[in-house]
Amino acid sequence: MVPEFGQMALVIALVLSLIQASLPLAGTYKGVAVWIDLARPIARTQTLFMVLAFAALTYSFLVHDFSVRYVASNSNTALPTIYLVSGVWGAHEGSLLLWALTLSIWTTAVTLFSRSVPRETVAQVVAVMGMVSVGFLLFMILTSNPFDRLPNPPLEGRDLNPLLQDPGLAIHPPMLYMGYVGFSVAFAFAIAAMLGGRMDAAWARWSRPWTNIAWVFLTLGIVLGSWWAYYELGWGGWWFWDPVENASFLPWLVGTALIHSLAVTEKRGAFKAWTVLLAIFAFSLSLLGTFLVRSGVLTSVHAFATDPERGIFILIFLCVVIGGSLLLYSWRASQIRSTVTFDLVSRESGLLMNNVVLVVTTASILLGTLYPLILDALGVGKISVGPPYFNAVFVPLTIPLAVMLGVGASLRWKRDDAGRVLSHLKWPLVLSLVGGVLFPLLLLPSFSWGAALGMVLFFWITLTTLLWLKQRGGAQGLRHGLVATGRGGWGMVVGHLGVAVFIVGITLTSIYSTEKDVRLAPGEQYTLGGYDFLFKGVRRFNGPNFTASGGVVEVSFEGKKITTLFPEKRDYRSGMPMTEAGIDAGITRDLFVALGEELDDSGAWSLRLYHKPFIRWIWLGGLMMALGGLLAASDRRYFRFQGGDVGGGG
Amino acid sequence: MTHRSHYGLALLFSLLLSSFSAVATIEAYHFDDPGQEALYKELIAELRCLVCQNQNLSDSNAELALDLRRQTYEMAKAGKSREEILSYMVQRYGDFVLYRPPLQQSTLLLWSGPFIILVIAITTLVILIRRRKHEPQPLPQEADLKRARQLLQREKR
Repeated sequence: MVPEFGQMALVIALVLSLIQASLPLAGTYKGVAVWIDLARPIARTQTLFMVLAFAALTYSFLVHDFSVRYVASNSNTALPTIYLVSGVWGAHEGSLLLWALTLSIWTTAVTLFSRSVPRETVAQVVAVMGMVSVGFLLFMILTSNPFDRLPNPPLEGRDLNPLLQDPGLAIHPPMLYMGYVGFSVAFAFAIAAMLGGRMDAAWARWSRPWTNIAWVFLTLGIVLGSWWAYYELGWGGWWFWDPVENASFLPWLVGTALIHSLAVTEKRGAFKAWTVLLAIFAFSLSLLGTFLVRSGVLTSVHAFATDPERGIFILIFLCVVIGGSLLLYSWRASQIRSTVTFDLVSRESGLLMNNVVLVVTTASILLGTLYPLILDALGVGKISVGPPYFNAVFVPLTIPLAVMLGVGASLRWKRDDAGRVLSHLKWPLVLSLVGGVLFPLLLLPSFSWGAALGMVLFFWITLTTLLWLKQRGGAQGLRHGLVATGRGGWGMVVGHLGVAVFIVGITLTSIYSTEKDVRLAPGEQYTLGGYDFLFKGVRRFNGPNFTASGGVVEVSFEGKKITTLFPEKRDYRSGMPMTEAGIDAGITRDLFVALGEELDDSGAWSLRLYHKPFIRWIWLGGLMMALGGLLAASDRRYFRFQGGDVGGGG
Repeated sequence: MTHRSHYGLALLFSLLLSSFSAVATIEAYHFDDPGQEALYKELIAELRCLVCQNQNLSDSNAELALDLRRQTYEMAKAGKSREEILSYMVQRYGDFVLYRPPLQQSTLLLWSGPFIILVIAITTLVILIRRRKHEPQPLPQEADLKRARQLLQREKR
């Protein structure tokens, strides 16, 4: 019965979102107040039915209703409860349901926190989000119904993919979705602005906190996924430039450009048309990511052609959304041109430069991601585009971005003097050059120009950011700057320092990491990066739905015991083997041990040992960026509803 | 290894890394020459496991990857150069095996693309800013002036 309830709730939600997508919008054109005012209640009711549908599927998982195909394919009675719940979004159908639910929740959030926004605008925004809802619900009901029943229900279900049986990955997808779908709010505000022909600073102010929050979630989702890959996959890697990873990174890059360009639109009224275009791209890339991952086109262009139902639907949906909004844009863009002027040397130009570099980076990564697919589809040949290509493109583009980041904040709006900026930044420049070269010389095991460059950028960003803060404090200096700066300014400071920390992490990890695959018998040890890894042997034990071999490795440094690591190798009931690495985390280094195979009867095993300096800084930097976005979104001025148009903060 | 190819389809939300298999097959290969060991490590990171969805030789436990790692090891140990080993792999498996696509006619756009995009973007940017600077600034609207007056008054108070 419950699955049928869920099914019904889905259909009702579809009908409601059809109304949500049409009536309020029609109301704004015909001037029917009742239709306009329908936007809020109907969006909330739609959300209610989405919650019901989601609850119905969760319930089916919890009571092991294996007559539901999706439940039978992704869970069994031995699965721990937390993974029964996360199993709901463990595969295609359920993750679409989570996506659509997330969209409804964002829409409801808009209806709740938009009191200062004119009701016509709210009606338009809610209607646009309703259109996206219609698309996703149709997709689900027509091609990927999570409530499909099996004619002959099995007694026991299959296992949830063991890769996903991990707390990190249980919350990774909801985070990522909140980010992806969150960009639909910025998108909807942009479309509404074009429909209504209103493009002013108020528009940017309304969409700014939403965009920031979506970006925060996306950042957290990516950080979480990278961290999960590191400890769960057993390769010590944290980013592989896989198309599925790129699918989340592309909207992030454009989203980063968008939050900066929105700042200019809000404060200076410039870049209006450009900001709208970025909002369209950020959401379009979120959809494109879904298409890439969902359609099967990544596995093989030919698999897509032989089972095209889902892929074709997403492709059409993509064309309608992107094509439709670009058409609207080309029609309206001339009317939203900004009339504000600024010089080549000005903060506006600096931020525009930041946008250009981010967009070029996005386009290049998109090119590398799609290139092999296009070649294959054209029958020109099969090639692989992997980390060597992406690093070659990404790193050189990121360096000028980091340099500009230091200059940007110190630039004045509208018009600045290159000479003034140079003399203002003279000390940070000298200090970071000296510090960046001295740091690897004095404190790192060996000198490398790459490391020096990374450290120069770290000091440069840190010092210029602190200088900016000091300037905010005026004559009273840095300490007063800390107080005088609003949350917006704080957000910028923390976010930018996050970039600096992130750069240190990437640079030092990729240059100074050492790894070794070794054969060790119990009692034998190997020394890596100054640490002695003593292998004590392997014991076997059983988990709820797996059997495991657990290794014991004692680590000591200069004769002093530091820690004991327990790398595991698990055999899940589904027959898939998994490794659980043994990791000793630290601020300046991680020690990482993965268990390989039993090599012979003597009890010797193959083990992979890693010494990874500063790897935590990668995720720490990501978390700081997310915190920065959160601080900026919580700035007082977004919560001041009446009057008071003089914005504070940075 | 057919199960591997299903992840990509089956898991939207593992947007990150759905394509990885997660078991470590670890060989304890021994090298006398650290240069050869470095070459071996570099190569298995840049060569693709052909039967996996998207993994390099180093990270894969597929039998083919095992076999190719062994071949790479033997060639590296025999003192073969990077180019020799790569051309041996390409001869047998085609360009698909390389994660660093070779520069050739079909990849010309791939390698030059980012550069072209950058040049176009920066040129457009500079032209736009220059043109904008010379445009006459519009006169302030009556509404703006009124607001400015209000703000000034508030300031005085």
